Amino acid sequence: MNTKKTFYIGASAASILLWWFIYTNLLVVSKFITYSLFKIKKGTHLGSAVEFFFYDIPKVFMLLVLVVFAVGIIRSFFTPERTRNLLAGKNEFLGNILAALLGIVTPFCSCSAVPLFIGFVTTGVPLGVTFSFLISAPMINEIALGLLYGLMGWKIAALYLGTGLSVAIISGWVIGQLHMENHIQDWVKGFRANESSVQEEKLTWFDRIIYGRDAVKEIVGRVWIYIILGIAVGAGIHGFVPEDFMASIMGKGSWWTVPLAVLIGIPMYSNAAGIIPVVEALLGKGAALGTVLAFMMSVIALSLPEIIILRNVLKNRLILAFIGIVAIGILLVGYLFNMII
Amino acid sequence: MDIKVLGPGCSKCQNAEKIVKEAVAEMKIDANVEKITDMMKIAGYGVLGTPAIVIDGEVKCVGKVPKKEEIKKWLSK
Repeated sequence: MNTKKTFYIGASAASILLWWFIYTNLLVVSKFITYSLFKIKKGTHLGSAVEFFFYDIPKVFMLLVLVVFAVGIIRSFFTPERTRNLLAGKNEFLGNILAALLGIVTPFCSCSAVPLFIGFVTTGVPLGVTFSFLISAPMINEIALGLLYGLMGWKIAALYLGTGLSVAIISGWVIGQLHMENHIQDWVKGFRANESSVQEEKLTWFDRIIYGRDAVKEIVGRVWIYIILGIAVGAGIHGFVPEDFMASIMGKGSWWTVPLAVLIGIPMYSNAAGIIPVVEALLGKGAALGTVLAFMMSVIALSLPEIIILRNVLKNRLILAFIGIVAIGILLVGYLFNMII
Repeated sequence: MDIKVLGPGCSKCQNAEKIVKEAVAEMKIDANVEKITDMMKIAGYGVLGTPAIVIDGEVKCVGKVPKKEEIKKWLSK
């Protein structure tokens, strides 16, 4: 057993070192491919686009693998059942903060939104607290964080994390204050589910590493094509669109760009992985940070498929309140950052 | 044996159903595999996530696609 453990620790340390070595030499490699292998002239539009493409793709994938793996290991400590027990009977606001934080680390897929919603509200988690969880869980995910960190640096990733949490906490709290419990579909009220007692598995550290590895396989396997497409479009923008071109369209000069960005973002969901590379390129061409943040959040947090799924348990007024309040939160984030930066 | 796969129809849920059916076929046991997509019924099992797998009324796993070996272990009990 001890030799096996030593082996895994050694292998992990070696792979992190290897990872770091490749990661720090990516620029050299991408320059070599572009200018020596493909023999593209330096300083051309095409050269700039191709270099960007070969630099960004490995960089983004390496960071994504690392972040998804790390988040996977953290998530192996949290289950929706445990999260519910932590949130049940919590008072407002403190509960909203806790719910938004747990939303980041609890494994969640938006098609589970309905059973999770019912499981939460019928066992004493307040409605507003449940919403804080449901807003934060899809919005702040490892894919978005990994891509933001990889393409735009830790400051923008942290900004997204912080403002995303605030939107989830405050929107959930506001929904709680509106006391809209009557606008849950009637069949959910007084719903008694069978007590399901699935035994908690005892996980060893080895199991958790496997859990992280499976998360990498599943998530990277699902989103890689969107990321490559997104980076290809981003590379095109990077090489061919003139500097400051976006300043006129998505700049901070005109007030209507932020609401427009939010509106366009709502029906776009499936391309969340591809949208961030494009957004990064737009930012480089003079688009305003607040507008770009609002667009990203709206793409990722408000999605049409999830809204349709939630109609099973929410009446129209509560759905509209949910969309409206989250959209206003995102708008405020957009305006705030356009104002201060 | 009565096996139910709970899930509305995302790719993970379809995957879970496929793996369960494969496990049943490989073990050559007599089992009825049913996919449940109705939200009301899924919620009735008290699970917080999908896909979930219920064997003879007992919830075996929630919120993940199980490995085939795991399913075989449940089936052989």
